[in-house]
Amino acid sequence: MSDSEYAIELRHISKHFGSVVANKDINLTLRKGEILALLGENGSGKTTLMNMLSGIYKPDAGSIYIDGEKTLISSPEDALKAGIGMVHQHFKLINVFSAADNILIGSSKGSETHALLRKSRYSQVNQIIHDFGFELDSRKIVANMSVSEKQTLEIVKVLYYGAKTIILDEPTAVLTVQETRKLFEVLKKMKEQGHSIIIITHKLNEVMEISDRVAILRKGQYITTVNTSETTEKELTELMMGRKVDLEIERPIVEKTAPVLEIRNLSVKSDEGNIALDDVSFYLRGGEILGVAGIAGSGQKELCEAMAGLRKIERGVVLHKGENIAGASPEEIIAKGVTMSFVPEDRLGMGLAPSLSIADNVILKKYKQSKGFLLDKKRGAREAQEIIDKLEIVAPSVETPVRKLSGGNVQKVLLGREIAIDPNVIVTAYPVRGLDINSSYAVYDILNQQKKTGVGILFVGEDLDVMLALCDKIMVLCHGKLMGVVHASKASKEEIGLMMTGALNTVHQKRGKTAGIAKDSAIVEDEIIYQEEEVNV
Amino acid sequence: MSSSMDVITQFLFHLVVYSIPLLYGTCGEIVVERSGSLDLGVEGTMAIGAIFGYLAGCSANSLFVGVLVAYIAGTLVGEVFALFTVTFQANQNVTGLTITTFGVALYFFMGNAMGEKWPVLTKADRMVKALDTIDIPLLSDIPVVGKAFFSHNILVYIGVLMAILLWFYFEKTRAGMRVRAVGENPAAADSLGINVAAKKYQHIMLGSGIMGIGGLYMGLNLGGTFEGSNCWINGYGWIAIALVIFANWSTARAILGTFVFGFFRTLAVYYGTLAKTFPKVLGWLDNIPSQFFSALPFIVTLVILIMDSVRKNKHSNEPAAIGVNYYREDR
Repeated sequence: MSDSEYAIELRHISKHFGSVVANKDINLTLRKGEILALLGENGSGKTTLMNMLSGIYKPDAGSIYIDGEKTLISSPEDALKAGIGMVHQHFKLINVFSAADNILIGSSKGSETHALLRKSRYSQVNQIIHDFGFELDSRKIVANMSVSEKQTLEIVKVLYYGAKTIILDEPTAVLTVQETRKLFEVLKKMKEQGHSIIIITHKLNEVMEISDRVAILRKGQYITTVNTSETTEKELTELMMGRKVDLEIERPIVEKTAPVLEIRNLSVKSDEGNIALDDVSFYLRGGEILGVAGIAGSGQKELCEAMAGLRKIERGVVLHKGENIAGASPEEIIAKGVTMSFVPEDRLGMGLAPSLSIADNVILKKYKQSKGFLLDKKRGAREAQEIIDKLEIVAPSVETPVRKLSGGNVQKVLLGREIAIDPNVIVTAYPVRGLDINSSYAVYDILNQQKKTGVGILFVGEDLDVMLALCDKIMVLCHGKLMGVVHASKASKEEIGLMMTGALNTVHQKRGKTAGIAKDSAIVEDEIIYQEEEVNV
Repeated sequence: MSSSMDVITQFLFHLVVYSIPLLYGTCGEIVVERSGSLDLGVEGTMAIGAIFGYLAGCSANSLFVGVLVAYIAGTLVGEVFALFTVTFQANQNVTGLTITTFGVALYFFMGNAMGEKWPVLTKADRMVKALDTIDIPLLSDIPVVGKAFFSHNILVYIGVLMAILLWFYFEKTRAGMRVRAVGENPAAADSLGINVAAKKYQHIMLGSGIMGIGGLYMGLNLGGTFEGSNCWINGYGWIAIALVIFANWSTARAILGTFVFGFFRTLAVYYGTLAKTFPKVLGWLDNIPSQFFSALPFIVTLVILIMDSVRKNKHSNEPAAIGVNYYREDR
């Protein structure tokens, strides 16, 4: 090891993709044994820059110094040899292989590799995993692993190949709070062992907690690096966005209408055939945002799908403006003005066709409105342009395939399309998942705009702080059961946390009033009984 | 009684004979697909291997030369496929179909151009003699099955041995595992320093070479006569592709798959004999038109394929990245 202060030094790095400048003249340093957070909005070039360190991309200009020595990295193999390992946002694992085999497919090294695959490789890899201080069964097939286990495997893999510098691209985006805490313990331990770490994350509280220094990129350019202990979340945000920002989320007061959506005694099964929603009742008024809180997998996905007509309703009533839409087809439900936008964990398969253009994706939702049997492409392009203008989507043209847009812009297209059909109910799940602050606030603005026009919004979210600020009311699910509905202005994070774990159930707490049933309900009790009988037949 | 046993032995013997050329085609395609490429050019590759292998083998009067040239011709076709799909990132389906069209056309072109000079094999030729049956000691003495399964020509033994060795390679060796890694997730393989393009080139060429041998063997089975209207391969390249799915990308299971196919193929030839030998049990076979038996192998393949795709196969070994070209800087 040389006596250079820096593990990695980037000098004047530039990278273009066609006419798009992804990185421009970037200088960045990573000290030995530090955790450096790399901060920037979506599309600011963080991942591109890191991909150049890991050998995926080659820089157009500039040089990389590793341990004080100029190093040429032109392939992932070069990066491995230079001691750089990257844990990508989309894991690079082979789903049908065991953990051990995912590690061992790399170039032969050491004595634990044989030409033949021996059973003993599992115990050897188990030993390696243990030595690094992790817990993971080396026989387990990747396809059967949780997101957190896959991430652990990726980290073990880069350590096994001798990485001294470890890059993690948005490692916490798909982790639960507990998993994130565990990951941070691991990172701190690796730092103590002398590893240098670069972490990309959008969550400022995580940046403040874990990092020693923060490097900021904006629109492909390097802005500055600050010491974490000498900065604040507000300052970081301003550096990242290049202007003063207001971190307050607005909650406009809008006059509420009669319930636009009333759900009574709803039961739905999951894909595996288990009960996903158990006897859930709630209502949604026009002009309000109703948050849905719960630990991941508490029935949120199934609820959204049931609302959109994509999942069979086992029992219960879904009343849209007094009309039962349980059992209606997705097309009929859309025609009534109920839209759904769901952003899944992988953020890719989300109701958009990635290879189609923005315009075509807009047409997708209402191709039946085209006259004759030809698609009205002009109208699609016009409407796509309107969405682009209105939501300030960064895209070269309406003909750009959706997959080429950055995550924030993809999510804006998704939401924009749903809004374009003038809905009266918007069901949206995790609309800001993986988005930077600026894009997140743009999404909140879009939702508030809709709320002001009298639309009822069901907002399935993860971040309780955001939900408490944005939503009017929050309903809490635990294992598919309703734990209660609280007013966001009166509730505390702790209270909701207790309800999420099932420790607190407020559904029947108030005398004479059951949570989730509107005073001015359009449901006549007789009708419910009738509905149930019909379902039971 | 002994004569009816002979018929069964003959039936099984021919079952193997008809199966093995397909085994080459199927194993070749499995080798290609395991590295993540879908090669629809099997038919054309087999035709090219057949015509060049045959002509070279006849002019040198050597089976070894024939097989070698068929293999080399196959690898060259594979190299073209790899050049287009791996290096130039061309669509794999289009490239494969082009190879099939080109290969079959080249077969007819060469044959027609030879005209009167087309070599016809006789039993005295060394190339034919090299295909004499070889009895495996002891095993070939087992009644009925001995002569059916353990008394074959050298290409049959090589074919079965190859299928087993390839299975061992892919399932039990590190090198084979690395190839599977490329077929499953090239980006993951690349990130650990596996040369994706090299692995693809190697296995596309190896697989195509094996297909070429299968093509030659198919032609030799048919007696080596050029008819000018019928290609030796005659659609069997497509059956090979279908059998890959039936074999679930395992070359060992491919042996079983090709035997199923070979059974129906043999039936088309032997149904008359079977009806005469076992009039009580199989006499009804004679009432069915012969065209039905000719079509049967294809119908059965179709049915098996449909059943296979309808049944949700959780243990499918289909390589995840099959048919998708890999470009590291793709976004």
